[in-house]
Amino acid sequence: MATENAVKEDAKSVDRSKMQVSDTDVAVEIDGMHKWYGDFHVLKDINLKVMRGERIVIAGPSGSGKSTMIRCINRLEEHQKGKIIVDGIELTNDLKKIDEVRREVGMVFQHFNLFPHLTILENCTLAPIWVRKTPKKEAEERAMHFLERVKIPEQAHKYPGQLSGGQQQRVAIARSLCMNPRIMLFDEPTSALDPEMIKEVLDTMVGLAEEGMTMLCVTHEMGFARQVANRVIFMDQGQIVEQNEPDEFFDNPQHERTKLFLSQILH
Amino acid sequence: MAQDRNHSLAYVRTDMVQDEPAPINSKGPIAWVRQNLFATIPDTILSIAAILLLFYIIPPMFRFLITDAVWTGENREACIVPGAGACWAFVDAKFSQFMYGRYPVEERWRVDLTAILLIAGTVPLAIPSVPYKKWNTIFVLVIFPILAFILLTGRLGLESVETSLWGGLLVTLVVAIVGIVVSFPFGILLALGRRSKMPIIKMLSIIFIEFWRGVPLITVLFMSSVMLPFFLPDGVSFDKLLRALVGVTLFASAYMAEVIRGGLQAIPKGQYEAGDAMALTFWQSMRLIILPQALTLVIPGIVNTFIGLFKDTTLVLIIGIFDLLGIVQLNFTDANWASAKTPATGLIFAAFIYFIFCFGMSRYSMYMERRLDTGHKS
Repeated sequence: MATENAVKEDAKSVDRSKMQVSDTDVAVEIDGMHKWYGDFHVLKDINLKVMRGERIVIAGPSGSGKSTMIRCINRLEEHQKGKIIVDGIELTNDLKKIDEVRREVGMVFQHFNLFPHLTILENCTLAPIWVRKTPKKEAEERAMHFLERVKIPEQAHKYPGQLSGGQQQRVAIARSLCMNPRIMLFDEPTSALDPEMIKEVLDTMVGLAEEGMTMLCVTHEMGFARQVANRVIFMDQGQIVEQNEPDEFFDNPQHERTKLFLSQILH
Repeated sequence: MAQDRNHSLAYVRTDMVQDEPAPINSKGPIAWVRQNLFATIPDTILSIAAILLLFYIIPPMFRFLITDAVWTGENREACIVPGAGACWAFVDAKFSQFMYGRYPVEERWRVDLTAILLIAGTVPLAIPSVPYKKWNTIFVLVIFPILAFILLTGRLGLESVETSLWGGLLVTLVVAIVGIVVSFPFGILLALGRRSKMPIIKMLSIIFIEFWRGVPLITVLFMSSVMLPFFLPDGVSFDKLLRALVGVTLFASAYMAEVIRGGLQAIPKGQYEAGDAMALTFWQSMRLIILPQALTLVIPGIVNTFIGLFKDTTLVLIIGIFDLLGIVQLNFTDANWASAKTPATGLIFAAFIYFIFCFGMSRYSMYMERRLDTGHKS
């Protein structure tokens, strides 16, 4: 990875003081979860317990089910067997429970999925106004606060089509944060970006981690994984093959598949 | 231009070239004509042919419509003179009939008032910079229809006017506007229904759409006026105009639904997922995210359907309702005005009125398309 060295360089500058992982407070619990697309068994026996404040990076070859897994956490995908408990709420067919979970879980997509017919500011205030019933003025103030945090307040009245990919992805992060989520899911947030724009998005994510956000990130940015993750999960063929602390994971992989994967991407 | 030329590969520009005006033969009217009309030999041939054709058509048309036309007159005597062009005196004499049909003369102020209310409501709504859009919309969609109903049919002490007396442009506009305004939301619901995951709703939507699309409008109108009474219990009857309205509206809804479904299909899955991930409900997602984009995409198709509907209103003639075209045709039989030029004049007049409305819709839709274009799609 081209960016790995750059990020490694300033790895020490990351402030880990607020990156507290709770011992008792479980954010996400996945227990014996399976998922099928028709007859195709995509996810097999997924067991994962994420504590409050954890930063988890999920890696693996394409088609290994990593995106599908995190999409199950906010029920963009339905699982057929096993249990998923998010923030103390079990995901079932109960639409009310699903909405409750979705209110607390923010998601950032590979292709940003900003609403092209709304301005940046309207993108950020839509959900707070309609879902949280926040007064418009307050929602706009909050949105501006988060747009400042992702360093693009001056773009607030433009449309997504007028922004670069990196700016759009930062707006998408701000849009999620406006809902005040307790957990953030990132589904390959930098994969659709030009190389020059990856860093600005990763910096925003590092900032979030420094504030103690619970994060699950599907990403190929191994530098980011080393820098902020407290756990790296490696998936292949719909299963969790290996998980470990980042240093151990990269320097001393155990499973043959992991070794092969790492040798392919870290050259 | 001091360029230091030598034969090595290295080159450094020392003086920047300043802007100069474009060569004279690349702009201006002569350049335009040369580039657009006479660029190649086939272009030249086609341009000359087109110009000759215009010379051949326009002068006689101009003579018929303007210079040779009969503008004033009391009856057919004025229009049967040799060499007479269009008989505008006929249109002038019959104008109020073309507008109101057989609506009682002393009550026609009610139609005028309705028209004024309609214009007062829709013009500010159509101009984006006029404020109070919410109240304006409530007026146009809720208050105006009630007022129009009271005024036109005659309620609350106003003298009742049977719909069988309505006619002319009044009927055309009533059928077209009701058809457009009602078929639009119906079309949206049917389009959503057809894409629904709920099998029964999906099935009902498909059956509805395919049935109404598969039947000619003339059949629908005939059935509503001839067959429907057989199925209703004795003594129950609906107004003929109302039946035509229902028929036209259901017919247009089916077409509208398919146009809107096309727009819905063009919206990327990620837009739905972003809405879901933010805990928006289905209807919120549709109203705030999906439909605004989908409808913008299919404005040309929607307006196409509106224009088609507007012109299809002429078919109500076959069930004995005299819309604009119907009443114009009816007047051809008036012995007072029978002349060789009367039918042509009447039809040109009717065509002109239809054209104004359809062209207006078309231009407004192009304006909205440009206005709602926010650049790139997601």
